[in-house]
Amino acid sequence: MTIQMISIIAAAIAVSFGAIGPALAEGRSVAAAMEAIARQPESVGPLSRTLFVGLAMIETMAIYCLVIALLLLYANPFLG
Amino acid sequence: MLERSPLATTILFHVGPVPVTRPVVTTWAIIAVLTAASWLGTRRMRMRAGTWQVCLEIVVETIAKQIREVIERDPAPFIPLLGTLFIYIVFANLSVVLPGVEAPTSHIETTAALAIVVYLAVHGYGIAMRGLKGYLAGYLKPSWFMLPLNVISEFTRTFSLMVRLFGNIMSHEFVIGIVAVLAGLLLPVPFLALAILIGIVQAYIFTVLATVFIGAAVGSIEGG
Repeated sequence: MTIQMISIIAAAIAVSFGAIGPALAEGRSVAAAMEAIARQPESVGPLSRTLFVGLAMIETMAIYCLVIALLLLYANPFLG
Repeated sequence: MLERSPLATTILFHVGPVPVTRPVVTTWAIIAVLTAASWLGTRRMRMRAGTWQVCLEIVVETIAKQIREVIERDPAPFIPLLGTLFIYIVFANLSVVLPGVEAPTSHIETTAALAIVVYLAVHGYGIAMRGLKGYLAGYLKPSWFMLPLNVISEFTRTFSLMVRLFGNIMSHEFVIGIVAVLAGLLLPVPFLALAILIGIVQAYIFTVLATVFIGAAVGSIEGG
């Protein structure tokens, strides 16, 4: 196994497993927001703003994994 | 297209010893367009406003209303910075739909500069509105042993602001590139439409987060 092969596998693992947690978390938060909007339709404005900010926070985890994968593929420090 | 690293920038020409890259030139073009649009709209301001002046007034008032809803105080001191950030990021993100143009925000240098501006503005507004002592006392809340965490969060949230915008825009450009390689004719069109949505949502999120950070620094809301 060369460093290139290990890097490609590691990048795939980083993205695939790094996407699981944020996906579950985003699903839960959207479901909770939907429920809240269904109960109180008049509070849709502040709810959706808070939801967007929260989703952005959660999504950052997946983006970190993506950046790690891209670093491994394009700017690998071990390839010299 | 996949041979080119998404982390590298294209150098177009040199001014003396300083290399000028493609995102910088795109940013200059966006600055020129926005300046011209604003100058044309506010050249002859009247009470009975013309079409263009009304459009600009609607934009400014909508931004002011959104900021007021988030920080719950007079938005006037914050509009110049936050409004400029929002409008610039929207135009930068949407410039990707023009043929041959790369969004400047898909390069980490641009988003790093924007995040550093927000980082400095947070401290600037905090000290200007609460005084140095009151601002530093905010780090000891809710309790003194939260001080290290509060200091660390200053840096991590700036870093995540930078990586979030860069990662979203760059990864979507990457997806469009891959789709264009696989099927070049009509398939990229819905992805470009999605790029418009993502661009506006990310600009909104960047601005709302900057507003929340500044609001926390000036002490009107709890910080995130």
